[in-house]
Amino acid sequence: MTTEPPRVIKARVRPGDRVFSSATIIAGSLILAILAAVAIFLVVQSIPALVAPKGALPDSAPNFWVYVGPLVFGTVWAAAIALIIATPLAIGIALFISHYAPRRIASALGYIVDLLAAVPSVVFGLWGVTVLAPAVQPFYAWLNTNLGWIPIFGGTVSGTGRTILTVAIVLAVMILPIMTAVNREIFLQTPRLHEEAALALGATRWEMIRTAVLPFARPGIVSSAMLGLGRALGETLAVAIVLSPALVVNFFLLTSQNPNTIAANIANQFAEAAGLGVNALIASGLILFVITFAVNAIARFVVSRRKAFSGAN
Amino acid sequence: MSAQTATGANVGIANSLTTGKLPRGSVWMVLLGSWVLMSIVFLLVKTATGAKDFNIVAAIFLGTVLFDVLIYVLSLLVEGVRKATDRLITSLVSTAFIVALLPLISLLYTVVANGLGRMIEPSFFSQSMRNVTDASGGVVHALYGTIEITLAATIISVPIGLLTSIYLVEYGRGWLARIITFLVDVMTGIPSIVAGLFAFSLFALITNNPGYRSGFGGAVALSVLMIPIVVRSSEEMLKLVPNELREASFALGVPKWLTVLKIVIPTALPGITTGVTLAIARVIGETAPLLIIAGTTASMNLNLFSDRMMSVPVFVYMQYAAQGADQNAFVSRAWAAALTLILIVMALNLIARLVARIFSPKLGR
Repeated sequence: MTTEPPRVIKARVRPGDRVFSSATIIAGSLILAILAAVAIFLVVQSIPALVAPKGALPDSAPNFWVYVGPLVFGTVWAAAIALIIATPLAIGIALFISHYAPRRIASALGYIVDLLAAVPSVVFGLWGVTVLAPAVQPFYAWLNTNLGWIPIFGGTVSGTGRTILTVAIVLAVMILPIMTAVNREIFLQTPRLHEEAALALGATRWEMIRTAVLPFARPGIVSSAMLGLGRALGETLAVAIVLSPALVVNFFLLTSQNPNTIAANIANQFAEAAGLGVNALIASGLILFVITFAVNAIARFVVSRRKAFSGAN
Repeated sequence: MSAQTATGANVGIANSLTTGKLPRGSVWMVLLGSWVLMSIVFLLVKTATGAKDFNIVAAIFLGTVLFDVLIYVLSLLVEGVRKATDRLITSLVSTAFIVALLPLISLLYTVVANGLGRMIEPSFFSQSMRNVTDASGGVVHALYGTIEITLAATIISVPIGLLTSIYLVEYGRGWLARIITFLVDVMTGIPSIVAGLFAFSLFALITNNPGYRSGFGGAVALSVLMIPIVVRSSEEMLKLVPNELREASFALGVPKWLTVLKIVIPTALPGITTGVTLAIARVIGETAPLLIIAGTTASMNLNLFSDRMMSVPVFVYMQYAAQGADQNAFVSRAWAAALTLILIVMALNLIARLVARIFSPKLGR
């Protein structure tokens, strides 16, 4: 017995269809091209600095890695402190909006937190240097006098308050909206039945959150922290305005000798830089790009099971 | 009447439903009490030390912390440890929210208080900074620069972003779509200053001019930041279009591209407009890339493709960072421009939300 192979019905190919779908594929591929171009052009412009001879780089650094080392340290250090401040706050705010505030005003409260994201970073910088720094300086002086034996509070206290701790506070405020938004989304996705089961067993609201909501939300909390870290690492103008930088590597929070960050260093130096100085700055930008790319990729990897949130929506 | 007799009958007998609980309203009383107490303490400190102004932010903050401690102790004494922990967390979570509000309020207050007076002076929106040495001068050149650069960035990124999102929703299957989704997500996290450096490297190599500056370069840098935002928001909106609409269109014999153009996009258009407006609001405040690639100038420059071009955020930064002899003039111009910038961003956010509310299609019932 032989049967006829099933006849394949092919749709008529219309030129309009072909043009349109190619256009969308081209646009999509452009994204790949742009990212590749970002990497390639940064690398090309960085190479002169990477192979620079001794004495040619700014800050009389013997080679590029010695030049960029303190900057990388400052970048990571400031972002890490900001993250330590912002993570508990973001979880608290997200819990407040998702599980504590009355349902009717919850979305309005969310909008208020989102307003923080609408403030441009340069304005945060102005606020940080004119309002926050003088306001926290007496507190720093007190910390330094009374808790100076703890290494990070040691050193000579800054008279202006423009220290790395102030920078970290400003950065924490700036990354709060994105972290809160991600946390809020995932807290709201906790299965309703789990929450009700916990409450029905006699749990108080906090016990319900501890046993039902937080375990469910752990990957989301981690990825929100990574997203916040990515933002804090790349933040430029707020740091450039607030920080009083020096060419040092130290862990002191309250002194006026603070390690600078990559982004702030570029913003401060770029206008006056020339020749190899420009290449060195671009190379440090390349390092920043690699660091943030890695942090964001890890965040996406953690959250890849849950598609709904990203920094863009 | 019967209720009254019921309560009357229960006099002297503890109500089993409310024993071992803090009385209703006690939480609010404690909170108010803590705030008042801390305000009094701060007022006393103020009169004692002769400080020049009353620190309301610190008073409210410390009052809230005091409340957290008080309510925990009270509840521990009356209600036991489980209930006390619950109350402590409740108050801590609310404290976190208040702590987040403090910088927002302080910032908005500072910007309005320092910027409003200078902003409403007529010179501010009628002059550039060309040849300005006194306290006059304005932001006109920066406003034009911001409008041109942002418009150019929008013209570049909206077609690319929209087509990419159409690809991802309507056509994309397999590895290319997966890679694009992943890279769009990662692209969202590119630091803005890196985008500026990229645009600078690109144009410096193409034109072979190591001191290259132009507004168009700034637009390219902003596009790098804007494209992923547009892709993500349009993608969400296209996904919301019900499949029945597409199927009905196919059933009528409409080709796919016409279905997308005439059915899917019009349905999602309000959402897409909202997304684009929010994306504009996001990039219009970017300072770092424009500082790198568009440079700074005191003069009006309407040509996007040559010479330095000022923008409002860079104006704010330069007025603060490069202060001249008359510091007050520079600082007040910086605050006024900051207020202008915040107003622009807020207006864009408001427009986006209005568009979303008024024009979004009423799907289902």
